[in-house]
Amino acid sequence: MFVNIVVCIKQVPGTTQVKINPDTGTLIRDGVEAVVNPFDEYAIEEALRIKERLGGGTVKVITMGPPQADEALKSAIALGADEAFLITDRAFAGSDTWATSYTLSLGIKTLGKVDLIICGKQAIDGDTAQVGPGVAEMLGIPFVAWVRKVEEVSETQIRVERMMEDGYEVVEMPLPGLITVVKEINVPRMASLKGKMRAKKIVVTTLNAAVLKPDTEKIGLKGSPTQVLRSFVPQRKSGGEKVTGETSEMVTKIKKTIEELGVVR
Amino acid sequence: MGIKVDLEKCIGCSLCVKACGQNAITIVGKKAVIDLAKCNLCTACVEACKKYQAIAIVKEASSRAADPAAFKNVAVFIEQREGAVAGVSYEMLGEGRKLADQLGEKLVAVLLGFEMQKKAEDLVKFGADKVVYYNSEKLRNFQDDSYGQLVAEFIDKEKPAIVLAGATAIGRSFIPKVAARVWGGLTADCTKLEIDTEKRLLLGTRPAFGGNLMATIICPHNRPQMATVRHKVMKPAQRNDSRTGEVIVNNVDDALLCIRTNIANIVKEVESTVNITEADIIVAGGRGMQDPKNLTLLKDLAEALGGAVAASRAAVDAGWIPYSHQVGQTGKTVCPKLYIACGISGSVQHMAGMQSAEYIIAINKDPNADIFQIANLGIVGNALEILPALTKAFKEQTGK
Repeated sequence: MFVNIVVCIKQVPGTTQVKINPDTGTLIRDGVEAVVNPFDEYAIEEALRIKERLGGGTVKVITMGPPQADEALKSAIALGADEAFLITDRAFAGSDTWATSYTLSLGIKTLGKVDLIICGKQAIDGDTAQVGPGVAEMLGIPFVAWVRKVEEVSETQIRVERMMEDGYEVVEMPLPGLITVVKEINVPRMASLKGKMRAKKIVVTTLNAAVLKPDTEKIGLKGSPTQVLRSFVPQRKSGGEKVTGETSEMVTKIKKTIEELGVVR
Repeated sequence: MGIKVDLEKCIGCSLCVKACGQNAITIVGKKAVIDLAKCNLCTACVEACKKYQAIAIVKEASSRAADPAAFKNVAVFIEQREGAVAGVSYEMLGEGRKLADQLGEKLVAVLLGFEMQKKAEDLVKFGADKVVYYNSEKLRNFQDDSYGQLVAEFIDKEKPAIVLAGATAIGRSFIPKVAARVWGGLTADCTKLEIDTEKRLLLGTRPAFGGNLMATIICPHNRPQMATVRHKVMKPAQRNDSRTGEVIVNNVDDALLCIRTNIANIVKEVESTVNITEADIIVAGGRGMQDPKNLTLLKDLAEALGGAVAASRAAVDAGWIPYSHQVGQTGKTVCPKLYIACGISGSVQHMAGMQSAEYIIAINKDPNADIFQIANLGIVGNALEILPALTKAFKEQTGK
């Protein structure tokens, strides 16, 4: 069997290093390492596993971002992806999730036959989880979110477990289709030496506005329905009382506190 | 189109230069100059210039965006599982009612299900002026295709100015598809909604960067203005039997529904006694619990209090407890009334998932643990000793 898989990835700041400038209340972006969105690593891994399981296929990775986002694509190549595509153009700057979904869908349409598209459930910078379903809708293909397991897959159908708040649902979807995956789905592999060597040599295909020929009313700032009005650092809860002592004293203290809250039925 | 510096307001302080990740800004003659060839409109400089407000994104409407004047009223999507209305939907009715009153408009509820007419009528008692109910056996269970199709149809027909839905597994799955279809502006996972009464715009405030930054999002030109809203943040609507309203029942012609996916099985995972996103009380453990067998101490207390058990990523990664219990940036976000963190040091990622809890009690041996910075009550002590004693104290009292 031969399955054509596309993985959508995003380059994000490595969040543990995200710091806020206390004077201006803005994110300090200087010197923050850029990484592949962690949820997308599960998407890449699942694509590689499906290809291995079926004994054939290609894994293409695509991203939209500034020219330096090609680093994220190269990380995916190092892990075993076959081809990499970078959507980059100033015309796409300022895109919200709607315009991003539209532009990504145009990029995917240039990739030839696509059977399965896999995205991480959300990016850890924006945390919206809106681009995956948006791309599926723009491409007119079926979609399943929050996939924690691929039970069965063929060239024409996939059966997955979708995580819900209180359990999971087994969903069957004809292909081509799009899934977004959660962390529970797998443990991503490390890049091999051979993969890293390949990543160094890979030529990333650039897709700009001239290639994608978008409807100019639907891209960038103009095509984005939403706009950030303002951003601010949330007021951190300041620590309350801190106590220590004998176990029995502390138990009494906690019990009294909980009772006063009136939350126990 | 793009970004502009107001030369009268700019004092040449160069805060924006430092904030720019693209090296696109220089100071020329004590004024900021933005190189549009380098700028990627990331708005970091706009944030940095908050004090002087000299930099602004200039956004014009797409010529084909819908006419805002043609859209009116606040609509809420009512989520149901197995014929029961989800708790978050009552919160949407409560919040939606408030927004509608501020705008002087109507609140419209849209419900999809099977044989739920009575429940649909009840929504009027909870604040809806109008209920649009789509009935079909095929709508009994959530499917992205059918729900997306019908809610988009509802929007085309009713033309609401605002559409709200719970930021649940269901809401966050298909509402983005609806927004994609109708070209609406969708803000994810809001924790606060306000109305700019002058411009009649919805202001949706939401956490980003794992809760380290809050952003207020508007949708100035496109309609509807859509938002998914976090569970347990808004106050639920109270039932008022004297309320009246209109209920429209649409018996859906199944032939018109295009459902491509098939639900083969629905499995409830009962091992996780209480769904942590719904729980009012959460007892959570981290690496400081030392051994997986000590997690029973958490379970015992949770049981005594009527709460749920959660864990930090460290405990989940160690294989002590399933991922469905994980709280934090890569796990679930919870807003219980009480969160008891035991042996959790309080990484930024963990706190992102629980800092909006109403009251936080932290038990940790390390007096310098970060978790104490956000805990209302910090207990410097050994959770392994305190937990069993606390459970016992509660059990004795309730006579269980």
